[in-house]
Amino acid sequence: MAIQNLLLRMADDALIIGHRNSEWTGLGPILEEDIAFSSIAQDKIGHSLALFTMLQEFTGLTPEQAAFSRNAQDYTNCQLVEYPIGGYDFSLMRHFLFDTAELLRYQLLRDSSFEPLAKLAKKVVGEIKYHVFHANTWVVQLSAQGTEESHSIMQQALNTCYPLALGIFEPSKVEQELVDTNIFLGEKHLQNLWQDSIKETLQKAGLILPSLTDETVGYGGRYGYHTEYLQPLLDEMTEVYRLDPTAEW
Amino acid sequence: MPIITSLDPRITRLGIPEHFDTPPSAKEELDQFQTFEVFCREKTGAHHVHVGSVHAPSPEIALSFAKEQYGRRGKVLNMWVVKTADVYVMDEQDADMFETAGEKGYRDVVDYARVRDRIDAFKQKQQTILE
Repeated sequence: MAIQNLLLRMADDALIIGHRNSEWTGLGPILEEDIAFSSIAQDKIGHSLALFTMLQEFTGLTPEQAAFSRNAQDYTNCQLVEYPIGGYDFSLMRHFLFDTAELLRYQLLRDSSFEPLAKLAKKVVGEIKYHVFHANTWVVQLSAQGTEESHSIMQQALNTCYPLALGIFEPSKVEQELVDTNIFLGEKHLQNLWQDSIKETLQKAGLILPSLTDETVGYGGRYGYHTEYLQPLLDEMTEVYRLDPTAEW
Repeated sequence: MPIITSLDPRITRLGIPEHFDTPPSAKEELDQFQTFEVFCREKTGAHHVHVGSVHAPSPEIALSFAKEQYGRRGKVLNMWVVKTADVYVMDEQDADMFETAGEKGYRDVVDYARVRDRIDAFKQKQQTILE
């Protein structure tokens, strides 16, 4: 079903980026940033919980089962979110590119014909607006108001993240059905909005989008093809769950 | 070179050497962020109230920190951040300027709160004298 496909992509994206970004908790560059970034990561886990709860009706899996008991090839998150946190430059740039897309996606979904999703979108759009505000201020600060060194590090991070970020918009087989049933305007439409939106911030930051010969290098995730980094993440994330999957918390 | 290993896999991943041949260099003096004071408004029409401070390199980032540190639990409608350096502060030694304020009850509304009782008492007294 088309709606199921969309919900799962969104749930997996939120779960994996939430888990990845929470790896910074306690290790953030300064206390205040540690708190902010961790809180954002927690919000993402919250979004994935809401989406997995919605999915339960279709799959019969509880949110815990859906999050912790599937095989890597059953996850449909984009590859961008599964890459290791790297340096703070990489994590911030990924956060900027990913969350700009999330904000636009949820803004569109406020008008979705699938009501539970429209309701969720209206509820969390403000939260994600803050995530983008946080990302934008840091990207501009480190690029335009920082030093030559910080600017060049951020440009490098953009060069690395941008091709991967296009994987967010890898079209699924149900794009047309989602559009026809007024559930979602589709990844292509979202990508166009995203391009305009990131351009605005990148201009303020004085960063230049790299030119690409292949726009599909970050593709695969939506169809279960993942990088070597997803399995170790899942092993770590599900370690406690696997001790006793039936435990009541 | 052996690295620090920890039960926390994140620490191990950092690959921090157990020993440094040369100690890490000292931080440059004043190589720090500024502080900003944070003010929150909790209700429409209410005043912004000082809630604490944050360290940040710019007002925008100060606001993004303040939102999470002071606004992630209770209800907040609006926030201000002000550079601590921009707050003109009175000398603590000048606290004696306020010392006699407590004695000047005539400047306080509370002092006039029972004025109706006093008027009534006065009228009563007048009445008694006339009678």
